[in-house]
Amino acid sequence: MKAFTLDHADSSASAITAMAAGARTIAGGTNLVDLMKLQVEVPDKLVSIRSIGLNDITQDDDGLLIGALVSNADCAADTRVRQSWPLLAKAILAGASPQLRNRATTGGNLCQRTRCGYFYDTTQACNKREPGRGCAAREGFNRIHAVLGTSEACIATYPGDMAVAMLALDAVVLVDGPGGAREIPIARFHRQPGDDPSRDNVLEDGELITAVRLPAPTGGVQVYRKVRDRASYAFALVSVAADVTMVQGRIARCALAFGSLGTVPWRDAAVEDLLVGETPSPALYTRAAEVLLKDARGFGANDFKIPLTARALAATLHEATKG
Amino acid sequence: MRLPQDDTFNSPDTTNLLDRGSQGVIAKPLDRPEGPLKVSGSATYSAEWKSDHCAEGVLVLASIAQGTVKTIHKDAVLSMPGVLAVLADEAMTRRSTQGTAGEAPVQGVQTVEYFAQPIALVVAENFEQARDAALTLEVEYAPSDTPVAFDPESADAEVELAPDTEPVEGGDLDQAMRDAAFAIDVEYETPGHASAAMEPHATIAQWKGDDLVLHGSYQMLSYNVKEIADCLSMAPENVRIIAPYVGGGFGSKLGITHEAVAAAIASKQLARPVRVVMTRQQVFETVMRRSETRQRIRLAADETGKLIGLGHEALVSNLPDEEFAEPVTQATEFLYSGENRLLKVDVARISRMTAGSVRAPGEAVGMQVLEAAMDELAQATGIDPVELRKHNIADKVPVEGTPYSSRMLAEALDQGAKAFGWDQRRPKPCQTREGDWWIGMGMASAARVNMLVEAEARVTLKADGTALVETDQTDIGTGSYAILGQIAGEMLGLPIDRVKVLLGDTSLPAGAGSGGSFGAISTGSAVLRACEMIREKLAKALGCTEDALELKDGLASGGGKSRAYPDLLAGKDLAETGSIKPGDTADDFSQASYGAFFAEVAVNAFTGETRVRRMTGAFGFGRVLNAKTARSQCLGGMVWGIGSALTEELAFDLRDGHLVNHDLAEYHVPVHADVPAIEVILLEERDAAASPLQAKGVGELGICGAAGSIANAVYNACGARVRSFPLTLDKIIPHLPDPFTEAG
Repeated sequence: MKAFTLDHADSSASAITAMAAGARTIAGGTNLVDLMKLQVEVPDKLVSIRSIGLNDITQDDDGLLIGALVSNADCAADTRVRQSWPLLAKAILAGASPQLRNRATTGGNLCQRTRCGYFYDTTQACNKREPGRGCAAREGFNRIHAVLGTSEACIATYPGDMAVAMLALDAVVLVDGPGGAREIPIARFHRQPGDDPSRDNVLEDGELITAVRLPAPTGGVQVYRKVRDRASYAFALVSVAADVTMVQGRIARCALAFGSLGTVPWRDAAVEDLLVGETPSPALYTRAAEVLLKDARGFGANDFKIPLTARALAATLHEATKG
Repeated sequence: MRLPQDDTFNSPDTTNLLDRGSQGVIAKPLDRPEGPLKVSGSATYSAEWKSDHCAEGVLVLASIAQGTVKTIHKDAVLSMPGVLAVLADEAMTRRSTQGTAGEAPVQGVQTVEYFAQPIALVVAENFEQARDAALTLEVEYAPSDTPVAFDPESADAEVELAPDTEPVEGGDLDQAMRDAAFAIDVEYETPGHASAAMEPHATIAQWKGDDLVLHGSYQMLSYNVKEIADCLSMAPENVRIIAPYVGGGFGSKLGITHEAVAAAIASKQLARPVRVVMTRQQVFETVMRRSETRQRIRLAADETGKLIGLGHEALVSNLPDEEFAEPVTQATEFLYSGENRLLKVDVARISRMTAGSVRAPGEAVGMQVLEAAMDELAQATGIDPVELRKHNIADKVPVEGTPYSSRMLAEALDQGAKAFGWDQRRPKPCQTREGDWWIGMGMASAARVNMLVEAEARVTLKADGTALVETDQTDIGTGSYAILGQIAGEMLGLPIDRVKVLLGDTSLPAGAGSGGSFGAISTGSAVLRACEMIREKLAKALGCTEDALELKDGLASGGGKSRAYPDLLAGKDLAETGSIKPGDTADDFSQASYGAFFAEVAVNAFTGETRVRRMTGAFGFGRVLNAKTARSQCLGGMVWGIGSALTEELAFDLRDGHLVNHDLAEYHVPVHADVPAIEVILLEERDAAASPLQAKGVGELGICGAAGSIANAVYNACGARVRSFPLTLDKIIPHLPDPFTEAG
């Protein structure tokens, strides 16, 4: 771990000022501190934002506003979340451990970095960690890697659960920064790697996440299906977040997001368009999977994710539509 | 009555003294005396000892797999804040030490033999400074001209018969396979495993003149002292190791490893205490791995399912010249009948960290594969898997003809089957569906060789009527404190709160150490013998024969007299050192602990995820010394069995030989949610040939075959016969029926 200074901001304005002076923000630190120990991340200035507020959940006619510093545990336990956006609570509770969820925050979780083993190991080539050094994962042990949205430079996944549910729920990320406040639909928040995998998301330098807004609930059946190697405390091999409304035996509305499948939380409008208006059946699920996975490409050890995703999608749609 | 000097175990001991005790503490499910310290965080583990002015060392690992260290750019880091030294001493260890070596492993860190091998130690005032400097240090290498293969399956890997072994050959296996009514010829794979002990390897070294004192995390102190002394070219008498609490070992701490010698050298050079704690990643990358295995099993059975032939051939790996080779076929030698046989282990020479003992070396992976293949034979013959195994229990060890000591395999199979409800199993796959899950049952036999090794212990009956047991035996979380106290309490007629046990200090008599499941029975036998000598003296002081002597609650009775110990001892402590050495019983009998596993699993019809729903294990391992700690050992073994069956796998990148999943986030051991209700049945048994305690080893038994029962249950659930462990979902999916089909 490199030596660093730690300051404490008391408001988002003071945090933004500190960031302008070169500080990295730290909230729960559940990911950043690990990366600092391994010297994957080497910030020399940190500013803690734990005391800047932004830790309330408020509801109005437009939906729910979740402060960036609300812990994952508090968010998943919130009665309003559990009643009206159960998908989000389910996804959060499928991740990490109680200790980590107590510490981890809403904003921090959106910014968590990949679990690619080559990213974490400074002896290995990684364009995300060191742009231009190459990608050792493409031809390496890539069992957990992406099959959609990859590039020559990077095949790492966004590994989390919370953001996948938020994507299916059409969440909006609220940020503030030197250029003022702005809103980013979560579908545009995470970045596909392209030729610059070092930037995981579209936050500009000095921008701070202040909240996440969920639009009014759809009233659909919400299912989060996380497929993993062990029953708990493992990242997804693939996950499916579904919010499905049935009317008279047909799919009237459908939102589907996928985790650990692509380089970013993945949503495909063509899949949803195909499903809407149809009567659920195994054949329909197969057609949906074919559309979803038409551009999917495995890199050896992760080839299995393609048939696995088709199966997980079928299981999820079956559960969400069986009434 | 045995003579005190008769410490070699040459004939079965049927005196059964522990069954004649009056105190009633032996076998009782007593709590560990040190338990409250451990759960309250106040037991002092190796890195936690306070040492004034202690400097911190961090190992530097090679970023290449094979070659020579040409230049270490020390100066750049020596100017960093707090950095005291950069050491690359040729006495530092290059490989890890095998269990019971008692001598230095390969030393010299200028040569690199595997990726992430330690090549230097950076010492600084605090840990963060040392780690920063270690990661910053620039090193230049010259790659090797004669590279060793990374992949044991590669044509470039040299393969030889496992050192110091001979194949077991009997009759004509090929002919038996041709003659067989049912023949199974299958190949299975198991991956490399990490010990994954909770406490990372750590040592605090401190010199007092020519004497070296180490607080460290080790399993076998009397050997470890010799290994460290040999590395440093000093006398073992000048080395003392203090290790009263060890946070798990699972084989990885049998011999000394890199941090110990590095800390000692640094401490000498800096003339101050030095602590070296390995990071989790360093433990995974440098210490010890269980070899991956490829195993061919051939089973030739007659029309009744009786084995007439049995083949078990394995390919394992290790570094060049390393003598250890995973003894995959160890239990196959004696478990089942079949005189026509070929059992053999070959070892491929590759460039990965040292392969050595990890959790029941041999049986853990050998039994899981043999028992999976036996399930294939049961399927082929249509015989119930439990009956098939009972049908194949041999009268004497095939080929060798050695008789067995006490053996409870049939009882374990019967009692386990009954408790589990095996009769509810539906023999064909895909018969039971609950929602999205296929449900199935499987079983396997358990077997693990029994070993008695040399050990000493001192027992003092103090003038105040309490007892003190002293030995350098370690407690690696297994219950040594509890069971040694219980043996002394039973033999000396003392309630357990009047017996104190001191362990883990080489200034005490040399116990067996913790390894190979032999610690309890070996060191326990030494305690028993010391107590026998004390009893003899008490009988004499009381004026009765030893047969007439009865000891209970601190009162000696016999010959019509009765006196309390303080009175009888008249102000003097009575101390005796007992010892045990293995003798003829080791060769005259095939000794092993036995058992049976039963597992119920659920396999997701869509995703192939497998979750164990319940398990039952029934085990016979001679006398139970403490029913609670023995049960815990069995439980722990079965949990490791879940890992071995479903998740654990060391993943190496075959391009540069580095270990990709080098931490507990990506090397998946079972977590709480993976571990269902587990029932453990301890069978009543006495094995007079195994040890003077009539007890056998139990530490490793619970893993030896457990994964096989789970694999067999997966087949029963969904028809997926996967011959490559672990049974991850990607291997199961191709075998699954359409998820929308109904059961039956």
